[in-house]
Amino acid sequence: MDGFEVQRKISNDVVILNLKGYLDAHTAPQLEKALQTCIDQKEYKIIINFENLSYISSAGLGVFMGFIEEIRQHGGDLKFSNMNPKIFRVFDLLGFPNLFEIFDDERDALNKFNSK
Amino acid sequence: MAAKSNKFHLKIPSQTDNLEIIRDFVAKIARKVGFNEDDINKIELAVDEACTNVIKHAYDNNSKNPIDITIQIDYQKLTILVTDKGKGFDPTKLKTPDLQEYLAEMRVGGLGIYLMKNLMDEVEINSKPGKGNQVRMVKYLDKGDAPPPQAANSS
Repeated sequence: MDGFEVQRKISNDVVILNLKGYLDAHTAPQLEKALQTCIDQKEYKIIINFENLSYISSAGLGVFMGFIEEIRQHGGDLKFSNMNPKIFRVFDLLGFPNLFEIFDDERDALNKFNSK
Repeated sequence: MAAKSNKFHLKIPSQTDNLEIIRDFVAKIARKVGFNEDDINKIELAVDEACTNVIKHAYDNNSKNPIDITIQIDYQKLTILVTDKGKGFDPTKLKTPDLQEYLAEMRVGGLGIYLMKNLMDEVEINSKPGKGNQVRMVKYLDKGDAPPPQAANSS
């Protein structure tokens, strides 16, 4: 494991954040910053792709909780994709599948945004 | 493996950039004991959560204070003690988080203890207000996680 990185790309009006490395209490502020940038730019349709994330703790999940309300108030959503079983288990233990839509693939999440 | 007792100790400044070192330390010992990767991931996360709580809550992000991690290996059993000398709290006042409530209040954090209890076989929190806290976590190596030594040697 080597640090944490957020790569950002845009598909039409949807922002896709690709997370890489480990997301813990030390690196969570980086994700906070990336999401805050989206909010500041009024980008409220966001997909988080977890394909290259090797580790997450509750500090990482807390970041999503901190932003979701504001994002949904603006008619947007945070959707998740490409979680490996290790990452999914943490989300599952904390009941996140009831609060967020989780897709196997980034394309499915994009389709969901575009179908609205 | 014969019944033997081993103790490992890590005393480390209370800083979030040390969480990775703490996870590596714990994971390496758990792997050596013979836990499978799945359980190693659980142990690593539980210890991360305990230490994150120490850094953020017990010490209020004051890195001058140390976190003390002791790992005791007994036969089929890994015991981890995470000790701090920070602010204590009343563990009886802890409640299982209501996730919808968390969401509504935009509260972040506070999920760590809930996770620890789900990831480990035993979790015990002792807190002395003004003196510090100790989290004791146990994971057993008995649930068919590792091949028994006889089977591993027999082929």
